[in-house]
Amino acid sequence: MTDRVVNAVVGSASRGVPMSALARYGVWVVAAAVLAVLPFVFGSGLALTVMSLMGIAVIFSLSYNILLGQTGLLSFGHAVYYGFGGYLAVHAMKAIVANGLPVPLPVIPLVGGLAGLFFAALFGWVSTKRSGTAFAMISLGLAELIGSSALILRGFFGGEEGITADRTKLLRILDWSFGPQVQVYYLIAVWCLLCAILMYAVTRTPLGRMCNAVRDNPERVQFVGYDPRMVRFLAFCLSGLFAGVAGALAAINFEIANSALFGAVQSGTVLLATFMGGAGFFFGPVLGAVLVVYLQLMLSDLTGIWQLYFGLLFIAMVMFAPSGLAGLIMMHRPLWRARALHRMVPAYFVALVPLLVMLAGAALMIEMFHHLMVKAVEGPAMKFMYIPLHANAVGPWLVGLLMAGGGFLLFHRSFRVVAAAWNRTGVADAAGGRP
Amino acid sequence: MLELLIVSTLNGVLFGMLLFLMASGLTLIFSMMGVLNFAHASFYMLGAFFGFQISRWVGFWPALVVGPVLVGAIGAVVERFGLRNVHRHGHVPELLFTFGLAFVIEEVVQMIWGKSPVDFRVPEVLDFPAFTIFATNYPAYKLFMLLISIGIFVALFAVLTKTRIGLIVQASLTHPNMVAHLGHNVPLVFMLVFGLGSALAAIAGVIAGPALVTQSNMAALLGPILFVVVVVGGLGSLSGAFVASLLIGLLQTFAVSVNVSLADVFAVFGFTPGPDSMLDDLWRVTVAQIAPILPYLLLVLVLILKPSGLMGTRET
Amino acid sequence: MNAPAIELRGVRKSFGATEVIRGVDLAVAAGERHAVIGPNGAGKSTLFNLVSGLLAPSSGSILLKGDDVTGLPPQLINRRGLSRSFQVTNIFHRMSVWENVRCGLLWAGGQRYSFWRSVDNLSEINARTERVLADFNLLERRDVAAGVLTYAEQRALEIAITIAGGADVILLDEPTAGMSRHETDRAVELIRRISEGRTLIIVEHDMSVVFGLADRISVLVYGEIVASGTPQEIRNSARVKEAYLGQEAH
Ligand SMILES: Nc1ncnc2c1ncn2[C@@H]1O[C@H](COP(=O)(O)OP(=O)(O)OP(=O)(O)O)[C@@H](O)[C@H]1O
Ligand SMILES: [Mg+2]
Repeated sequence: MTDRVVNAVVGSASRGVPMSALARYGVWVVAAAVLAVLPFVFGSGLALTVMSLMGIAVIFSLSYNILLGQTGLLSFGHAVYYGFGGYLAVHAMKAIVANGLPVPLPVIPLVGGLAGLFFAALFGWVSTKRSGTAFAMISLGLAELIGSSALILRGFFGGEEGITADRTKLLRILDWSFGPQVQVYYLIAVWCLLCAILMYAVTRTPLGRMCNAVRDNPERVQFVGYDPRMVRFLAFCLSGLFAGVAGALAAINFEIANSALFGAVQSGTVLLATFMGGAGFFFGPVLGAVLVVYLQLMLSDLTGIWQLYFGLLFIAMVMFAPSGLAGLIMMHRPLWRARALHRMVPAYFVALVPLLVMLAGAALMIEMFHHLMVKAVEGPAMKFMYIPLHANAVGPWLVGLLMAGGGFLLFHRSFRVVAAAWNRTGVADAAGGRP
Repeated sequence: MLELLIVSTLNGVLFGMLLFLMASGLTLIFSMMGVLNFAHASFYMLGAFFGFQISRWVGFWPALVVGPVLVGAIGAVVERFGLRNVHRHGHVPELLFTFGLAFVIEEVVQMIWGKSPVDFRVPEVLDFPAFTIFATNYPAYKLFMLLISIGIFVALFAVLTKTRIGLIVQASLTHPNMVAHLGHNVPLVFMLVFGLGSALAAIAGVIAGPALVTQSNMAALLGPILFVVVVVGGLGSLSGAFVASLLIGLLQTFAVSVNVSLADVFAVFGFTPGPDSMLDDLWRVTVAQIAPILPYLLLVLVLILKPSGLMGTRET
Repeated sequence: MNAPAIELRGVRKSFGATEVIRGVDLAVAAGERHAVIGPNGAGKSTLFNLVSGLLAPSSGSILLKGDDVTGLPPQLINRRGLSRSFQVTNIFHRMSVWENVRCGLLWAGGQRYSFWRSVDNLSEINARTERVLADFNLLERRDVAAGVLTYAEQRALEIAITIAGGADVILLDEPTAGMSRHETDRAVELIRRISEGRTLIIVEHDMSVVFGLADRISVLVYGEIVASGTPQEIRNSARVKEAYLGQEAH
């Protein structure tokens, strides 16, 4: 990350002066209002489902970022705590229904959270002994251990099929059955907001600050009286707690908990979302979670190999924008403050056009290749962006190659235009061009 | 019993040596460059698929050479144009880069060869039983795999102890700043080490392909075990990786043949577990059934007893 | 009589086959300003690493205010009132200057691992952070990431973090290294002021700093203390001249 970006972040996040009440709570009030109004704007079944998934993903990603962004711990197995949250939530719902206990659905995520906390404490005690690469590998090993055990211990985990529960059978308050998706959406929205506020609050506590210190320099932390391992452990526990809440909400949403909750895909997705959103910023994972859920849906509709594009996008971000979307946005804050943002528009446009041409060319070739390899039985005829073509003809390949190659060259040259425009804005702090 | 012992030991050593073929490259790369290559198992998978494809075109023996060379070249390209650029962002982005790469390689393999196993056969010259112990025929191909991996082990050992670069590489295992002594061509050496490590993994892939299942999920299945090996052995320790490879190889092969459960053990003492409970399976599951998770249990155990790994000295 | 603030008894430290500290006995009285001098590679930083818990001695024992702290981890030693700075700047690069200093006094301020109190409401701690920053002339840079400070500012921050918690035994490892004359003078003045009423052990190559600041001086050569005494005694010691000052004074 460039110093400039660091500067921007630190400058905003850590003023010693207490903020005014409006600045402090305003964001959350707006967020609450938006969450409340969303179902009236996007009321379709699909939209409600998507927004529910986004809410869950936001909690999960934020919990992940307690590790990655705040404490500098890279975990490949965060889904373990999500999974336990989900399983314990379903078991709790079943037990409550079976015994006719007077417990309403909205408190079930608490059960998930406690489950996440418990198992994070258990496994965290072992894994936070190490940091860095070793921690990452241990998290992976633990995830495999739990994932495989879930298939062996069928009594508790229900084998391949998993276990199910009916969310509508619990004690009702105000006559909410939580049958309709919109009610589930509101349940998720409330928990999402609550968790986000709590997680943000934690970043502004002594422990939250020491997490950052451990991320930056664990050795020095020891010499100001803190045990870096204990800091990592507590961060891990908190992270597990919120992951458990997210898992429970997922279980409520789908009314099922199965071993996929623990899966490598789940752990990988939360890592992708958090990183692409921007781990260095509190709101980064929120962006990432929303984007990833949206992309997953949109891309999987468009193409059969969306995961490939997803992987390529991730690699590109690691290489060229390691501070994520949030980093790119925050980079423009000095421009915004200086009211010079609009002056970047022409330059960005100059860069965007060849970029899109390049991507379209690359996608065309990938899709034709995919068609030839996987859908050979259907013959060479296919469509790319509604344009019919033959995957085995020379023409489309040439076009693809030209677009990708030419686009790349022009895009590469456009960097200079962008850098020049950036310098012309005259915002001293922002000198230095793009990341 | 003796038969089982001998066959399991052979198989265990074989699996262990295969693991070490991969773990050694992984450790070399990690020690010199500080990156744990998450995509290492993906290079192993590429090796298997390249081996399969080239075998089809020109036969197994050319494939045994060409496959690893191609994968090594891919590895070198990845280092040169990918990792090297990410390096300045720090170790986490580097690890994430290789993570993304593993993801992409799996997708590409699926696209080209599909999701189901491909028919990668043992070459005909080696398709006969090498010897018979009691009633078990031990296939010649497995013996061949064993020989190849031991051969490479010896070659690697020779290079590391006899050549100048080898000595520097070895020194850098314990003293990371020794890398600077490579002189002005550090980047080139990095590229070569990365390529060589990938090629080693690919050799493991080509020879394991016909014996195991060549399928697009093989990297995802093997990767975690590989990382367990390097953590249990101690990150950055070549001898640790060797011991851990054999340990896990033997552990898993032996476990598969043990059909005993906790319930059986307790039954010997005249104790039977109570009525069915949700955790009933804990009692009834046999050692053979938990064989796949044994490496991970070992990992946890080692971490509790010796957090830096069996022979590890480095903290991170 | 009061126990010495720091006492080393027969402390030895080897790295592999090489013994870097070869039996050091040293007592620093409470309230004393003690300088450790010696040629490069003599083992001064290693001595600090031993006392502050970063390294465990191979043999011998270390006492802090009369209590044995040999082999304790750094955080436990720090909690008993010992704080140190590093020769190579060792700060929290991505955090702001303000946060850096505040990290230095959270534990000392009784916050421990609390995750239920907002740091914004810790008025006492924030006031103290502000005072320390003002002392070190870093107030204007409070919101800047520590990683982008100038070298001299980073050195100042290094010491600010060290003394922020109010530890009563302070170890400074070459605090003025790389500073200009002017900066050094200011730093010395500051160190003199902050070490008022505390025990200070300082490693320094700049002799004007050493003789201007120290009540007592120990000379460490090849892992052994060859002389220990008042500045006057050290100046006159033939042994010191031969072993150390001689090389520099020529
Ligand atoms: N962790 C270590 N492992 C091996 N050798 C070490 C280690 N730390 C220090 N040494 C060696 O111990 C000796 C003393 O080093 P030390 O840093 O204590 O010297 P110093 O007196 O502080 O020197 P300087 O004035 O240059 O700071 C040196 O020869 C150094 O190479
Ligand atoms: Mg020193």
